[in-house]
Amino acid sequence: MSGYKVLVVEDSPTMRQLIVFALKRIRGFQIVEANDGVDGLKKLSAEKFDLILTDINMPIMDGLKLVSMVRNDPNYKTTPIIVITTEGATEDRERALALGANEYITKPIQTMKILETVKKLMSV
Amino acid sequence: MSNHDDQSDAAGRADEFLQVFKKGAEFTQDLLKENERLRFRVVKLEETLKEKGHEVAVESPDALELKNKIIALEQEKEAILDQIRVVEEENQNFANRYVEIEEENNMLANLYIASYQLHSTLDFKEVLKIILEIVINLIGAEEFGVLLLDEKTNHLEPVACEGLVKSELPSIAVGKGIIGESVESGENYFIDSMEGYERDFEKPIVCIPLKIKEHVIGVITIYKLLTQKDEFNDVDYELFTLLAGHAATAVFSSRMYSDSERKLSTIQGFIDLLTK
Repeated sequence: MSGYKVLVVEDSPTMRQLIVFALKRIRGFQIVEANDGVDGLKKLSAEKFDLILTDINMPIMDGLKLVSMVRNDPNYKTTPIIVITTEGATEDRERALALGANEYITKPIQTMKILETVKKLMSV
Repeated sequence: MSNHDDQSDAAGRADEFLQVFKKGAEFTQDLLKENERLRFRVVKLEETLKEKGHEVAVESPDALELKNKIIALEQEKEAILDQIRVVEEENQNFANRYVEIEEENNMLANLYIASYQLHSTLDFKEVLKIILEIVINLIGAEEFGVLLLDEKTNHLEPVACEGLVKSELPSIAVGKGIIGESVESGENYFIDSMEGYERDFEKPIVCIPLKIKEHVIGVITIYKLLTQKDEFNDVDYELFTLLAGHAATAVFSSRMYSDSERKLSTIQGFIDLLTK
């Protein structure tokens, strides 16, 4: 298990650092950060990622739009996507999953839940 | 990192426990098999004696030896089973403790990131933005305000908020109402029950005074939590207090820096005027 590339798309620098810090506990993860959906798409087209974690509420392009666009890209048809958001309503969860997200985690940040989900999706 | 070492150490000790437990279980299995084998042998011997027309002699040396051996093995088996029960219990305690330590470890890691972010800038507005981010993402608040103490008027004035309109937040006199009393005493305030709570700007569900040692410089007032967060857990209470300290220091130093920058700029202006 090594060399997995992970993209973290989150507009809040604090939240982004919290996620990155948690993911660094899994050995072999190479983590790249993006500030919003557009920045995320740019990075996704520049190199291939094995896992994407994204927020929903972000400026310029939100996370749901990003999920939808990523799923329309033949290179990312099966890449696991985890949505981490403050939106806790069932309809938000269903919408994200319908658009192609694999997992939906709500804030406040739950480090153990994030790590468990990542390990499950990546089989590490 | 030491947290990572502690975690590895804890995982190593958990493995050791499991190994001891497995070895004990294997040993018990062996004993049970040996017991069965001996019982079978006794029955066989009894049958053989009967076939030969002899009565089974209870006191025969062979039978006695076998019976004694069985009794000894039974006792040994019971002792090992007791030992396994103790190890299992210890193992369970250890697993529970491991989860607790893991949660604490995560909380400390989050606190480290939060305080690192808070002290990463001397820009007052940015510090306020970071406080908002922390309260949303780490605590899970949806509607809250940050009020700072105006030492001239002894009133708390709203300086930032989330999910609310800043101009709607009232100015609060120190010592007055829930917020004012919390600031005066320097003690955190938590509502007894959130059931049926309706937003009242003077009666928040949580008040966290921003303190530098015993000196209160402001307060965070929370009016609503995220839908998925229905209550506070033990870690939240610790987090509130620790974050409040870091937030207070960051607010205080950034405000002092902004003030000194402004004064410096004014003085520079005067010097420029005088020297031209």
